[in-house]
Amino acid sequence: MPKREKKIIVIGGGLAGLSATMKICEFKVKVTLVSFQPVKRSHSVCAQGGINAAIDTKGEGDSPEIHFYDTVKGGDFLAHQPLVRDMCHQGPAIIRLMDRMGVAFNRTPEGHLDFRRFGGTLYSRTAFAGATTGQQLVYALDEQVRRHERDGLVQKLEWHEYLGAVVDGAGVCRGAVVHDLRAGNIFAIAADAVVLATGGPGQLYARSTNSTVCTGSAAASAYHQGAKYANGEFFQIHPTAIPGQDKLRLMSESARGEGGRIWVPRDPGDNRDPLKIPEEDRYYFLEENHPLFGNLVPRDVASREIYDVVYNRKLGVGGQPMVYLDLTHQPPELLERRLGGIIDIYRKFTGQDPSRVPMKIFPAVHYSMGGLWVDYEGDGHGMIDHKSPRNQMTSIPGLYAAGEVDYQYHGANRLGANSLLSCIYTGLLIGPGVVRYCDNLDKGHDAVPSSLFDQAKKNWDNRFAEIKRMNGRENPYALHRELGDLLLTNVLIVRENKKLLETLDGIDGIEARFKDIKCLDTSDWSNPTPSFINQLYNMVHLSRIIAKGALLRDECRGAHYKPEFDLNQPDRFDPHEFIDYLEKKHYGPPREEDYPPGHLAYMQRFEANEEEWLKTTIAQYKNNGPEISYEAVDLSLVTPRPRKYD
Amino acid sequence: MTRETIALKIKRQDAPGAKPYWNVFKLPYLPHANVISCLQEIQRNPVTADGKTVTPVTWDCNCLEEVCGSCTMLINGRVRQACTALVDILEDPIVLKPMSKFPVVRDLQVDRSRMFENLKKIKGWIEIDGSYDIGEGPVFPEKIREKAYALSQCMTCGCCLEACPQFTLTNDFMGAATFSQVRYFNLHPTGAMNKEERLEAVMKSGGIADCGNAQVCVEVCPKKIPLTESIAEIGRETTLQLLKNLVLK
Repeated sequence: MPKREKKIIVIGGGLAGLSATMKICEFKVKVTLVSFQPVKRSHSVCAQGGINAAIDTKGEGDSPEIHFYDTVKGGDFLAHQPLVRDMCHQGPAIIRLMDRMGVAFNRTPEGHLDFRRFGGTLYSRTAFAGATTGQQLVYALDEQVRRHERDGLVQKLEWHEYLGAVVDGAGVCRGAVVHDLRAGNIFAIAADAVVLATGGPGQLYARSTNSTVCTGSAAASAYHQGAKYANGEFFQIHPTAIPGQDKLRLMSESARGEGGRIWVPRDPGDNRDPLKIPEEDRYYFLEENHPLFGNLVPRDVASREIYDVVYNRKLGVGGQPMVYLDLTHQPPELLERRLGGIIDIYRKFTGQDPSRVPMKIFPAVHYSMGGLWVDYEGDGHGMIDHKSPRNQMTSIPGLYAAGEVDYQYHGANRLGANSLLSCIYTGLLIGPGVVRYCDNLDKGHDAVPSSLFDQAKKNWDNRFAEIKRMNGRENPYALHRELGDLLLTNVLIVRENKKLLETLDGIDGIEARFKDIKCLDTSDWSNPTPSFINQLYNMVHLSRIIAKGALLRDECRGAHYKPEFDLNQPDRFDPHEFIDYLEKKHYGPPREEDYPPGHLAYMQRFEANEEEWLKTTIAQYKNNGPEISYEAVDLSLVTPRPRKYD
Repeated sequence: MTRETIALKIKRQDAPGAKPYWNVFKLPYLPHANVISCLQEIQRNPVTADGKTVTPVTWDCNCLEEVCGSCTMLINGRVRQACTALVDILEDPIVLKPMSKFPVVRDLQVDRSRMFENLKKIKGWIEIDGSYDIGEGPVFPEKIREKAYALSQCMTCGCCLEACPQFTLTNDFMGAATFSQVRYFNLHPTGAMNKEERLEAVMKSGGIADCGNAQVCVEVCPKKIPLTESIAEIGRETTLQLLKNLVLK
């Protein structure tokens, strides 16, 4: 029997999409790569500080196992452990690969890769290319994909948007419907499998560190088609960004990895030039409250501390929601060599030089830990079977997801420099599995009746015709801003059930007004408005997943913090006490006197909370909204315990 | 006196080949605004200064922090990214035009695919054996790395080509960005294995010999890439290659 030709569609040209494309091409399988823009301009270029891999070049005793532990602990134990472990063990190979591909990683005097510190770990584990690591990694992968494009294995459809999957009567994905953003026409492409590598939904919030394409629209479309969406309520707020009108520009965690210190004046009325404020009048709150990790506590912890200092203790710089991120004590040439990119951004947007003046920063919406639910297959030894077609497959057979659009590597809070790793890791992991999936299919894409594709195209044609006929009073861009403000006000660092309920009502209101939108431009050629209206519809539905997930989860975990349900960890609590407590439980009821006062009660509260809430949130589209259920987390390798970074 | 409005004068064009026209918009002043936030404001209220409702202006953008290269346009006559064009330091009215050296798609959007095609011609990649783990990359000095990094920040934004008198809408000149990428890949120990092929690619029509040495490319590069150095070096290297070819072929 002649081997049938396989075809795979990859949606998105960031790190996950490009690495998936490259890997699939190595199996000599043709890829159609669909992207909003030239792939080189994808959002992954915004990643700054670096990429993690425990190579231990500094004799600190780091290892992939410690990286694994730091990552699951950083995520408050919500991530499936074999996946995280496998990713951390693949880290060194990924860095070596990127290095071979020519990424200009900073180097040691001997010419090897250099590493620096990042948040949530005590080891120098982050490889970096100045402070534009994401950009450099995207470029290297873009170059490899261009090479495959020259060889005819990749067909790029840039300036095209994914609208939805083509799903047959048996519920199997057989291709995708895409929208040509220049010519304006809509068409269906047949394929054996479709990979969504479409990034996160930062545009749900009025201001974030995300690029304009990060609407989450593709994920929402999959959700509408029946794919499960997981852990939506876990949204990372990055502690350090420059305030702005259109965007909050990230100031990388690497600034703190290179010695940057966060502080505010101790006296809120102290309006002196920051350089004239002596050490004793400065409140280095992260260092004081967390002596072990200092400025490099994980992002959820740092953002909450900044929030507390600014809003509860009213210590923001000049009474404003801002704190200092200070690098002025570091030599300018070090900053230029290791942080050049972000120093430049700060200079361009504020006119001030971070080597002379402390930067003024505030937390900003940054990364979605949640995303499309995807499957995986363990190898039975605490790692992943790299050949399994189940890896990274959504609940729609044949539809895969990789990168920020999936959900499974970062639990309730992502550690810095782990996202570049998870994006490339999932992209590479998908390759062998998706190819095997195509091999196993009962029939190839060319044997699927064309009526299926005609119908899918027709449905989307009708949808867009309907959008273009919208002639109401609401401006879609203004309505988007309102939705974004609603989430920014109510679903951020500190969450309250009352406000979350109001948010859900607010979303209902916005959905009602959505029907009254005016399509401001009805032309065909290069018209972004109908496309944006469709994205807005999707964003309304994604917001609901996030708000409802947050409302129902009555606990504090990672980035999801509800003061009402704070378990109030005692000050001098040692997480090992909890392990000891679990051990002793086997030998009879725990005794109060075995622990410092209050600790036993805390551990019992913690244990009960874990029992109730240590589970994955699953949202499924039912009756125009998300139906929420919960699934078990794979905890087979490390015992979850209270987090502590002091 | 506090400023109350921002005026934008925008050159528009509905499609390739369509006749360009101008729209003027007056927006309420906001502190820390940049050209992108102004264009977003126009989307929310697409009404011109004389009260006419128009279609929102179209433009390309993505990262909004000058690492993606997307939002390049002519702002008060100067080619640059719109995201870092801060209203407070721009002369009013702010005049926006699409880049002139690339075909206009619509309004401020242009088609820069020619730049990406050039990257194919020069084999702008490292020829790795495959993505499987075969060990470390080559060891090389930080000094070379720094040199390479300066070149690798090229966003393919096209500023250097817009400013270049040699680069036109219709000719086949490759321009500074492409020459600099040849230098970048040839600098890498593995990349250098295909050095001659890349040099040959810029020795054809539209190649380095057509550079008129106007040196404006380097002045407009938002990433301060030493483009003229790259041009000089590739110029020398191609001359050597030419001599080699004469002797050996």
